Amino acid sequence: MAFIDLANPTRFLSLAHRVHPWLMEITAALFVIGLYLTYGAPDDYQQGATVKIMFIHVPSAWLGMFGWALMSIAALGTLVWRHPLADVAAKAAAPIGAAFTFLCLVTGALWGRPMWGTYWVWDARLTSVLILFLMYLGVIALWRTVEDPSRAARAAAILTLVGAINLPIIKFSVDWWNTLHQPASVIKLGGPSIYPTILVPLLVMALAFTLLFVTLHVAAMGNEILRRRVRALMLMQAQSAPGSGE
Amino acid sequence: MSPLTALFIRDIRLAIRVGGGGGIGVLFFLIVVVLMPFAIGPELTLLARLGPAILWLGALLASLLTLDRLFAVDHEDGSLDLILMSDTPLELAVAAKAAAHWLTTGLPLVIATPLLGLFMNLDAKASAAVMLTLLVGTPALTFIGLIGAALSVALRRGGLLLAVLVLPLTVPVLIFGVAASNAAIVGPLPFGTPFTILCALMLTSLVVGIFAAAAALRQGME
Amino acid sequence: MNLGPHADFIIAAYAVAALVIIGLIVWVELDNRAQRRHLKNLHAQGVTRRSGQTP
Repeated sequence: MAFIDLANPTRFLSLAHRVHPWLMEITAALFVIGLYLTYGAPDDYQQGATVKIMFIHVPSAWLGMFGWALMSIAALGTLVWRHPLADVAAKAAAPIGAAFTFLCLVTGALWGRPMWGTYWVWDARLTSVLILFLMYLGVIALWRTVEDPSRAARAAAILTLVGAINLPIIKFSVDWWNTLHQPASVIKLGGPSIYPTILVPLLVMALAFTLLFVTLHVAAMGNEILRRRVRALMLMQAQSAPGSGE
Repeated sequence: MSPLTALFIRDIRLAIRVGGGGGIGVLFFLIVVVLMPFAIGPELTLLARLGPAILWLGALLASLLTLDRLFAVDHEDGSLDLILMSDTPLELAVAAKAAAHWLTTGLPLVIATPLLGLFMNLDAKASAAVMLTLLVGTPALTFIGLIGAALSVALRRGGLLLAVLVLPLTVPVLIFGVAASNAAIVGPLPFGTPFTILCALMLTSLVVGIFAAAAALRQGME
Repeated sequence: MNLGPHADFIIAAYAVAALVIIGLIVWVELDNRAQRRHLKNLHAQGVTRRSGQTP
C-alpha cells in the first residue's frame, strides 16, 4: 500500500485501527524496560538519585519540541500541498505536545528545587520552553475559536510556522546565553557526553515516550476524523430538515 | 495618487478622526503608567529601576489594544474584500496599513515617553534611551501584532485571542528593548549590543509580519 | 530503593508524569467513545454520508 493511500481518511482509519494494538503493546514494553533501567541506574556523583528525574524531564522536552516540529510539517502539508490528513495531524498533535511541554516544565521545576534551590528561574532555556507552552495554548485556542475546520487549519498552520522559530531558540539557548540550565550533553557535535549507564536508560525512555506520542497521536487523529464526520452529518441533517428552506 | 498612497492616507485620516487611534492609545499608555506606582509603591529609586520596563509594558499593551481594530473595521464594512480583490499586491496594502497604524499609534507613544519618564523618575539620559528603543520597538510590535490581527479578523470575539497569539511572539522584542534601555542607564553592557539585536528583530518582524498577515488574510477571507 | 534526601521530589515528578500520561490516554479514549456515540445516534436517525435528502 503506497504512502499516498494514507491520504484517504477512511483508509487511514482502518490502518490506524489495525496498528493501534501493536503500538500500545510496544509502548508498554518499552516503558517496562525503561523503568527497569531507570530503577537500576546509578546515582549521579553530584546530583544523587534526583538524576532519575532526568529520565522523564529530557524525553518530555524532546517530545514537546517534536510535537511542534510535527505540527510545522503538517502546516506545510496544509498550506502547500493541501493534503487532506495534514489538518487532522496538526490538530491532533497540539494537545499532546502541550501536555509533554507541561510535563517538562513541572519535572524541571521539581528537579530544580533540590538542585538549584529554586523552582523557577528566568533563564533562556526555561523562558523559551514556557513560551513554547503558551504558544501551544494559543494554537489550541485558535483551533477551537474558528468554526470551519478548513479555515481553522490554515490559520493554525500560519501561526505554527511563525512559532517554529522558537524551536532553534530553545535548542541553542543554552549555547547562546549564559544559563543556569545545563548545556547540551546528548545531541551535540562530538556525540553524547553522558556515561552509558545513564545514557542507555535515557535513550530507552526517550524511545518509550516517542512511541507513546505516536500511539496517542494516531488515536487522536482517528478521533478527529470521526469528529469531522459527525460535523458533516449534522450539517447535512440541519440542511435537509423540514422547514429549513431546502 | 496610487492606490497604496490612498489607502495609507485613508487609514491615517480614520485614525485621527475617529476616536480609536493615536489619542486613545496615548491616553491608555498614560493611565497604565500612572497605575504602576499605586501598585508598586511611590519609592522613587524603585520606580527609576523599573521605569524602562513599565514604559515598555505600557507601550506593548497600548499597541496590542489598538491592533484589534486594524483589520476588523475594514472587514465589517466590506473594504477588506475590496482590498483583497484589487490589483495592488496584498502584502503592500498590509504594509501601508501597518505604516499608517504605527504613525498614528506607535509614534505618539514614543513622543509621550519623556513626559511619562518623569512619572517614573527617569533622568534625561534614561528617557532618551527608552525613547530610542521604543522608536525601533513599536514598529516591531505593530508588525508582529499584524499577524494576530489578520488571524483573528473574521472572529467576532477575537480580541483576547489576538492578545494570546501575539504576546508570546513579542517577548524577544520586549526583552531586548528593556535590556537596551537598562544598558544605557546602568551598564555595564554597551547600549549597542542589545539595541542592534532589537533593530534586527524589527527588520525580521517587518518581513515575516507582512507576509504572514497577508497569507492569514487570504485564508481567512476565502 | 534509597532515593536519597530529595526522595519527595523524585516521587512527585514520577507521579505527575503518571497523571499526565494517564490523563492523555483517558482523554483520547473518552473522545473516541463520544464520537462513536454521536455517529451511532446520527445513523439511527437515518443520516448517512451517502444519503440525499432525508425522507
